[in-house]
Amino acid sequence: MKNWLKVVAVVLLFYVHIGGMLVDVPRLNILNETIRALYFHVPMWFGMVLLFLLSVYYSIRYLRNPSQRFDHFAVEYANAGLIFGILGMLTGMLWANYAWGSPWHGDPKQNGAAIALLVYLAYFVLRGSVENEEQRGRLSAVYNIFAFAAMVPLIFIIPRLTSSMHPGSGGNPGFNMYDLDSRMRLIFYPAVIGWFLVGVWIVSMRVRVRELEEKIIDIENEKVY
Amino acid sequence: MKKFIKTILGLALLLFSTLAYGQEVEMADGMRSDGKIYVVVAIILIVLTGLVVYLVVLDRKIKKLENLLGEKK
Repeated sequence: MKNWLKVVAVVLLFYVHIGGMLVDVPRLNILNETIRALYFHVPMWFGMVLLFLLSVYYSIRYLRNPSQRFDHFAVEYANAGLIFGILGMLTGMLWANYAWGSPWHGDPKQNGAAIALLVYLAYFVLRGSVENEEQRGRLSAVYNIFAFAAMVPLIFIIPRLTSSMHPGSGGNPGFNMYDLDSRMRLIFYPAVIGWFLVGVWIVSMRVRVRELEEKIIDIENEKVY
Repeated sequence: MKKFIKTILGLALLLFSTLAYGQEVEMADGMRSDGKIYVVVAIILIVLTGLVVYLVVLDRKIKKLENLLGEKK
């Protein structure tokens, strides 16, 4: 990852943390000041989807050209995406406790997101259960495509078909209909970009650690022969 | 006598309270204005700064390891 991108991520996040707390927001009943949680809760999910998308991209590249490097990127993007998803779930539960009345409402959006996270957890279970490197890469790449294909309807389509209290689902219009006014957009989109870039940064470091591991194993093997 | 002491005490309390709260004393109240929201901003900035510093240190550590292994090869 380029260094200037890391700087952009940090600058955007500082802007978001200051602006997100201080800039005026729409005055809405029940939500009150918790509307500011939008700047921190929703970017987690946007970041997760973007990271999972990159993970699928590398899985497809791995299937076309089985290089170890693509497998590393696929697994680390999925890993970072899962962390973002868990943080999104926890922040959502805290927010739901005050906006909906209880942390777990059995809302279609919540249930769908939980199932999607479990589907991705199974990806790591699958990886952990296959010893052979090539088999593991191929199987998990195929499963990763399935996981992404399952995640999209679970989070974005099913909650829209039923009644959900979550904004952007069911008969409930999203913030972007009228609540997310231009002032909020000015902070929300930088937040998405900033957190996503931090995710990419973490992925790049974890991939480098994996490559270091490989190099060390290579050196060890050379010693043996 | 009792009544007299009570009156004196009452007057003294009144005097102290007016001294304490009666006048606006200018202080550095910036952080306490607007419902102390600036304290929250400062706190989340500390967390964010800590996280960023941690990431940078980690990045440099990995760089060091890469250089170390690069020399070995």
